[in-house]
Amino acid sequence: MKNINKFNILIVALTGVLTFTSCDDNDNNDNNEPTVDFSGTYVQQDQMARPAINTVFIAAGAPKDEFNSTIPSMMGTKYQMVFQDRLMALNAGYTTNALGMDAATFTGALATDVLNVSKTGKTTFFDGTNVLTGRALADDVIDVELLLIFGGPMGTSNPGLTSDHVDANDKAFLTAFPYLAGAW
Amino acid sequence: MILGLAFVAIAGLILVAADHIDAPATMTGDSGDITDVYAFQGQDTNNLVFAVNTQGLLSPNATTTAKFSENVLVEINIDNNADNVEDLVIQAIKRGDKMYFFGPYKPSATGASSTISTSAASGSVAISAYGATPVTSTNNGMKFFAGPRDDPFFFDLGQFKAILGGTATGFNNPGTDTFAGTNVMAIVVEVPKTMLGGTSSLNVWAETKKKQ
Repeated sequence: MKNINKFNILIVALTGVLTFTSCDDNDNNDNNEPTVDFSGTYVQQDQMARPAINTVFIAAGAPKDEFNSTIPSMMGTKYQMVFQDRLMALNAGYTTNALGMDAATFTGALATDVLNVSKTGKTTFFDGTNVLTGRALADDVIDVELLLIFGGPMGTSNPGLTSDHVDANDKAFLTAFPYLAGAW
Repeated sequence: MILGLAFVAIAGLILVAADHIDAPATMTGDSGDITDVYAFQGQDTNNLVFAVNTQGLLSPNATTTAKFSENVLVEINIDNNADNVEDLVIQAIKRGDKMYFFGPYKPSATGASSTISTSAASGSVAISAYGATPVTSTNNGMKFFAGPRDDPFFFDLGQFKAILGGTATGFNNPGTDTFAGTNVMAIVVEVPKTMLGGTSSLNVWAETKKKQ
């Protein structure tokens, strides 16, 4: 403990010296000062990629915590059947969806929670043409997911469940960085 | 007593979202609950933008005191070869009144545990204050932002819960956006596509990782 305290004092002293000597000779230098401490090990607590997947398919409480601490490469094997059971509980009449996926294929794709992103073209969850090439701020991701869960092969089944009829955000997004609208 | 019951009922109704308020119990008070992840082409289409939002359903009043945690590392994971293992990471963590960014870089180890390679530092930005003009910074072609923003997510979560609970059979038209008027603590980083590996598509996910 004593050694650690001494070490901390040393760091503080050095920080003072370095801060003092690092004059304003480079206004564009946003790099990290070498004196800030970033040491330590950080362990996964929450994980997320596709919107609402965890919320819809994983039970609250301990199962959600466990899913959130699972790395994506382990998710498919561990969670495909959990997702399939949940899908059939949500929609007992599920056969295939508008992407032509049966229950095992659809839940196999969903259980690995990663977001597919294109580097070469339009980025959207779904825009009628492009499927899963990213997630833009204005994408109505919930309607896409409801349609795939409840809409059947033609997207016409269960019409009361395939859209929440909230089609846009409550504030306009910015065209330039940082893109998200200002806080309320 | 009645007030207490009402509170419990409301808390039950407010549960969950896109992934809003699915915070692991271990993260209580640690600002580590991710609400949503976005990945999209920037205004300059040579760039990709990643947004990771945390701490969902903040009222304007709650936003005034909302903070990032110095113990929570926000990590954007990028897989270039479709094996769902990260080949590159972009890390963000708060120190003082700034958010510091690292990467994209190849992590020394993949998986649930991470360290921060200070040699991969890519920039920093002052954390924007509630109600103020957003502070952004640019370094080496990357752009950085951290601070409170409107929650871009929209969903009639209340009606969805009613459907699941058996008290409704379908959505209303028009629906009610449960997230209207609420904020999140957002981290936004814009990155030249050339820094994201040589492949034409990526798998992306975000993690919050807590200091041990």
